[in-house]
Amino acid sequence: MIEIDAITKRYDDNTVVDNVSMVIEPRTVTVIVGTSGSGKTTLLRMINRLVEPTSGVIKLDGEDNRAIPGHELRRRIGYAIQGHGLFPHRTVAQNIATVPTLLGWEKSRIDAKVDELLTLFQLDPKTFGPRYPHELSGGQQQRVGVARALAAEPNVLLMDEPYGALDPIIRAKAQEDLLAIQKHFGTTIVLVTHDMNEAFHLADKIAVMDKGRVLQYGPPEELVRAPETPFVETLIGDTERPFRLLAIAKAGAAAEPGEAEGEPIREDKTQQEALADLLWTGRSALPVVSASGAPMGRVTLDALLKRATRPSGSAR
Amino acid sequence: MTEVFQAGLPFGLFPGGGLKIRFDKLGIVIAIIAASGLVFSTFAVLKPNRILQGQAKTILEALPAWAGYGLLILLIAAIAAALFRTSPWIKLIAAAASLTALALAIGYAAGFLTPAGNTYARVSPASGFWILIFAFALLAADALTRLQPPPWMRVLFLCITAIGIAALLFSGSWNGLSIMKEYAGRADVFWTEAGKHVTLALGSLFAAALVGLPLGILCHRVSSLRAGVLNTLNLVQTIPSIALFGILIGPLAWVALNVPGAAALGIRGIGMAPAFVALFLYSLLPIVANTVVGLAGVPREANDAARGIGMTDRQRLFQVEFPLALPVILTAIRIVLVQNIGMATIAALIGGGGFGVFVFQGIGQTAMDLVLLGAVPTVALAFAAAVVLDALIEMNSRVPNGVSAA
Ligand SMILES: Nc1ncnc2c1ncn2[C@@H]1O[C@H](COP(=O)(O)OP(=O)(O)OP(=O)(O)O)[C@@H](O)[C@H]1O
Ligand SMILES: [Mg+2]
Repeated sequence: MIEIDAITKRYDDNTVVDNVSMVIEPRTVTVIVGTSGSGKTTLLRMINRLVEPTSGVIKLDGEDNRAIPGHELRRRIGYAIQGHGLFPHRTVAQNIATVPTLLGWEKSRIDAKVDELLTLFQLDPKTFGPRYPHELSGGQQQRVGVARALAAEPNVLLMDEPYGALDPIIRAKAQEDLLAIQKHFGTTIVLVTHDMNEAFHLADKIAVMDKGRVLQYGPPEELVRAPETPFVETLIGDTERPFRLLAIAKAGAAAEPGEAEGEPIREDKTQQEALADLLWTGRSALPVVSASGAPMGRVTLDALLKRATRPSGSAR
Repeated sequence: MTEVFQAGLPFGLFPGGGLKIRFDKLGIVIAIIAASGLVFSTFAVLKPNRILQGQAKTILEALPAWAGYGLLILLIAAIAAALFRTSPWIKLIAAAASLTALALAIGYAAGFLTPAGNTYARVSPASGFWILIFAFALLAADALTRLQPPPWMRVLFLCITAIGIAALLFSGSWNGLSIMKEYAGRADVFWTEAGKHVTLALGSLFAAALVGLPLGILCHRVSSLRAGVLNTLNLVQTIPSIALFGILIGPLAWVALNVPGAAALGIRGIGMAPAFVALFLYSLLPIVANTVVGLAGVPREANDAARGIGMTDRQRLFQVEFPLALPVILTAIRIVLVQNIGMATIAALIGGGGFGVFVFQGIGQTAMDLVLLGAVPTVALAFAAAVVLDALIEMNSRVPNGVSAA
């Protein structure tokens, strides 16, 4: 758990992060979004004390993050910096091994970890381990950057626009990988991005920042249903709202008893995908199956349309 | 990219004709130099004793007929190899063969020209010999530049050359040469002075690195220090070496007199101490300046990542900043080493020893061969140091620049 309590950062008279308080639950993904220069990176870097706050306290699992020396704190917290930040004079394997080496792991354990991570990110350890960063594509470099941040199995992982340089296909793949890794290790992830689709896809909770303040902090659904300021509304996008609602809910949640014809959809797909499938195939209902293929009823076009409609409690 | 280094521009020997012979531009220059060494200059000088002027001899006069004509044919063939656009390997082999033949021939000429039983007569290389050596060394250098051999191969070439020269020295085939006779008379002194020379050059470099690297790191971290330190060192650099030696005599003599134990350490107003201090001072600027530049050139992201990942300042310095700045720092070391090897010669003027001793003695006695005994090893040493350090720099810089040799 990360408790951010009334944290403020000022450079001279310029308040970059302004009295921010938020609690990040363990084993969740929190995404920080906002315009350029809104203080996202600064907020992130105060968690691992790369930036010292002007005032306020940050606690990790109840312990003030100033209780131990900064470099020891940072070895426990994974950090994937904006841009990959790999060491150009070290091979991919050596880059990933950096933190375990600093922590004094045994060589065999380090090697095993490097192999495991490279394989996890679909980079063949034999081919890519001995290469230097400049011998990789931009996307591969970013994946290695994330692998390096994960090497010491940190409980907390901070990621600053980790997928900026990736094409949409690789990016989607990398996002799936990240979610899988997050489940696998139970990591608490705080991620900064400009991409709202990415935010909605990954986030358990989203924090919207503007001019150093957190305007709204809550689950994606809440941001769509009840945006607290016009800025949040603009950021989510008028034309996107119904689809965002469908994008954050699973098809299984909209399933009702009944039969339907044709190709089924798996329950863990999003409702947006179910809608797309219905529209594209011209059907009015779609069978839903579990991951193992057992029938779970159907989703209807009507039900999905209702779910995408403005909630009655909403102001606008 | 490689085109830039290709000196040869193709143009036809017979414009409009069917037969095209391609000339090598730099090769033409080399051929002209070599031909002038062959035709207009003499190969060896026979002097009645080590000081008097002597008689100049051409290749054919200095060698028995078979050797003279053999050498001529070989050199003309090598000139042809230089002239036309051929593979760099052929040029390299031609150059190496010519240089070896010249080295053997000059030794042979010494024996051939010296009248039997005459111990005063001296034979030394004449201008033509040096011109030919220069021309073929140029050819070899050009061929090597085009071959772009990996660093280890350049060091290997250097070792082969060194072994070849050592073999010639030990075989005694040069013993008839004047320079070797100068050496024979003072072999002991030669090696002590060689030791002093190397101690001066390497020792002052070592001391300068010991002081300059931390100073450079300090200047990098504390930006307010930077301008002051660099300007002071710049100022030192502008003092002429002789003047600096002179300036140091006073303070060091004072230290020797007034600081207990200093004299016992060998600190005196003249001798090795002022020479050492002067070389040390000259070495500081390149080392400090390049350390600062090298550290400033480390990518910001790499530093940021190092901190973000949990390195202490010290670990970041040694594991990230220093390795990335190393090629630039090594460049400074190379400059300083070559500069010191050359400048250590002047130390002899204030009794500091080194190869300069022979140079200045030789000038005093107008014995040019004695001057050579000091100058040739100095040049060879500087050259070898440059080759080895260049190779080191290349091995260390291949990774960050993205031009991996592997
Ligand atoms: N070391 C610093 N000194 C002074 N101002 C700074 C410093 N670091 C950041 N700032 C300022 O703080 C503001 C917020 O910067 P920050 O890097 O947190 O923005 P960001 O939200 O991450 O932006 P982006 O999306 O472009 O990465 C900017 O206006 C920036 O100029
Ligand atoms: Mg940022």
